[in-house]
Amino acid sequence: MKTPPVLDLDAIIDDPHTRIIVCCGSGGVGKTTTAAALGLRAAERGRSAVVLTVDPARRLAQSMGLTELDNTPRLVVGVEGEGRLHAMMLDMKRTFDEIIEAHADPERARQILTNPFYQSLSSSFAGTQEYMAMEKLGQLRRSDDWDLIIVDTPPSRSALDFLDAPERLGRFLDGRLIRLLMAPAKAGGRSAFKLLNAGFGIVAGALTKLLGAQVLKDLQTFVSALDAVFGGFRARADQTYRLLQAPGTAFLVVASPERDAIREASYFVERLAEERMPLAGLVVNRVHRSPAAVLSGARSTAAAEDLEARGEHELTSAVLRLHADRMQLAAREQREQEHFISAHPTVPVARVPAMSQDVHDLEGLREVGDLLAAQ
Amino acid sequence: MRARDTDWDGVRLHVVTGKGGTGKTTVAAALALALAAGGDKVLLVEVEGRQGISQVFDLPPLPYEERKIAVAPDGGDVYALAIDPEEAMLEYLEMFYGMRRAGRALTKIGIIDFATTIAPGFRDVLVTGKTSEAVRRKGKDGRRVYDAVVLDAPPTGRIVRFLNVTNEVAGLARVGPIKNHADLVNGVVSSPETAVHFVTLLEEMPVQETLDGLAELRAAGLPPGGIFINMVRESLLPDSVLEAAAESRFDPAELALGLKAAGLTDGGSAAVTVAEALTEEITEHARRTELERDERLALEGAARPRYELPLLADGVDLSGLYELAESIRTQGAA
Repeated sequence: MKTPPVLDLDAIIDDPHTRIIVCCGSGGVGKTTTAAALGLRAAERGRSAVVLTVDPARRLAQSMGLTELDNTPRLVVGVEGEGRLHAMMLDMKRTFDEIIEAHADPERARQILTNPFYQSLSSSFAGTQEYMAMEKLGQLRRSDDWDLIIVDTPPSRSALDFLDAPERLGRFLDGRLIRLLMAPAKAGGRSAFKLLNAGFGIVAGALTKLLGAQVLKDLQTFVSALDAVFGGFRARADQTYRLLQAPGTAFLVVASPERDAIREASYFVERLAEERMPLAGLVVNRVHRSPAAVLSGARSTAAAEDLEARGEHELTSAVLRLHADRMQLAAREQREQEHFISAHPTVPVARVPAMSQDVHDLEGLREVGDLLAAQ
Repeated sequence: MRARDTDWDGVRLHVVTGKGGTGKTTVAAALALALAAGGDKVLLVEVEGRQGISQVFDLPPLPYEERKIAVAPDGGDVYALAIDPEEAMLEYLEMFYGMRRAGRALTKIGIIDFATTIAPGFRDVLVTGKTSEAVRRKGKDGRRVYDAVVLDAPPTGRIVRFLNVTNEVAGLARVGPIKNHADLVNGVVSSPETAVHFVTLLEEMPVQETLDGLAELRAAGLPPGGIFINMVRESLLPDSVLEAAAESRFDPAELALGLKAAGLTDGGSAAVTVAEALTEEITEHARRTELERDERLALEGAARPRYELPLLADGVDLSGLYELAESIRTQGAA
């Protein structure tokens, strides 16, 4: 098979121009662990790093010696060397509240924060998490308290959501439809607006039928309050989007050597190229290898059959079967990766072998970091 | 009706959830095949717009309509439906208001997209509503059209919110048809007709998510189903060997003799090198097996029926899917 370029992660984290690393990929491929391990490694190589995660796994917090992660960056104790590492977990409601509080006078802020629509929007709107993750990323970047920010992306139903969601939420809060809802009366007069106004009757009618009149009313109140505070939701989304395109950003697509994850990684790589986002490379986690790869699976199976037929060396034949299984698995994983490599031959790849144990402490994270760098 | 007893007799809606990467869609597909086996008609539903079903069955992308996609062992049919929330909304508008054409017009100016995204839970109600309708649908003979419906649901982290539509919507739509629709869904998903199954691996995080998900489900009054432990590797080595290996006490000398006997190595020193490399492999395997044993114990604590599905070395293709379905049947889950 073709050999892809090697992904040199140390070069990326050591480069002072790298200011943001985004770890993306489908769910369950080890994005968060990768992000945390890279953060620790960067800190131990002298960077002042912060890891922003959206994964509420307690285990991860504990592996960094923190009882839990919250919306404030916490210093990780036990980092060796000159650098430092902070870790935090995105609290999307808290982040949203803070934006409101920062931009509204107390009375208006109260109006917004107590609106039932706001409460739903801020805690369960599909896309709010993605939007707030990007917002938080922007905040951390502007604060300039860290020279490297490592963020993992929300466990969206599809990894691609996170690129679209900020746009979508921004468009929603900023859009013409919302304005229409807010002030149908204002839309009279000119002909284009007449059409919209006629449309509004149908829209409002349909929405009232579907959701009930109260929802529409709550929504209108909410939107007018929010709009008066800052109309630039979309502008903010665009700003974060540009931040991601900037040269100081590195996207890492994370996958496991499984068909779905690899397929998703391919989509993501293509999408990042379309959006002109700077892709650093692909990290394939949980790759199975064998320390005894000189012995092929086929030979191993044949030998096991031979021993079994002779009724000798029961233990050896069991070990040979185990080894054959392992080689078969490794071969399949290799094939899955080849799909990616043939389609994207220029994308650098780093492979991390499957570990027999989960990560529980800084030592474990350090080990993952070593494996990431040792390509 | 089938003659065999299964663990889920009486259940018509099988909701399948699991952490990302556990093989949720594969298990849902295999379960649908297993339920259909012997002559039943089963509908497999997907809701996340990922076209996972078509990929698992190696088919072109599915449209928004119920169509037959597979024949189960000993007769029986699996139908599939990929629910598109927007289409579901148009259908809903037509069903309740005869507004299909108006609905199309609304789509053009982006209003349907708008309405399906503004109200949290609204999408979910449309999707679960469509599923509930399929569960309850009756043919002209007065019998249910589908003997069972399998729902490839959102991941564990979102499952309770997804199913608990009444709560989600009640906060927003206190009255109105959506509220009524949500109540209908609630009637199905919180009844004994429904079971919510979890797919997990024998790894710490998916197991923890399964246990948390089960607790959350119980708290919400939703009916927990079984636990499907996916990608289980059979252990070929005896316990005593595993134990020794886990403690790095495994002696490669005997292995080296065996390798020589099998003619795998030419000289004595090569046999030792290979034996040592294999010992490393065994040690790793033993540590993993130990960890898996702990996770199995943790799952036993949940006191739910458990089913183990083998890791297919060549990945899940169509024949692998039938193999998993057979395993599900043998273990009494269908």
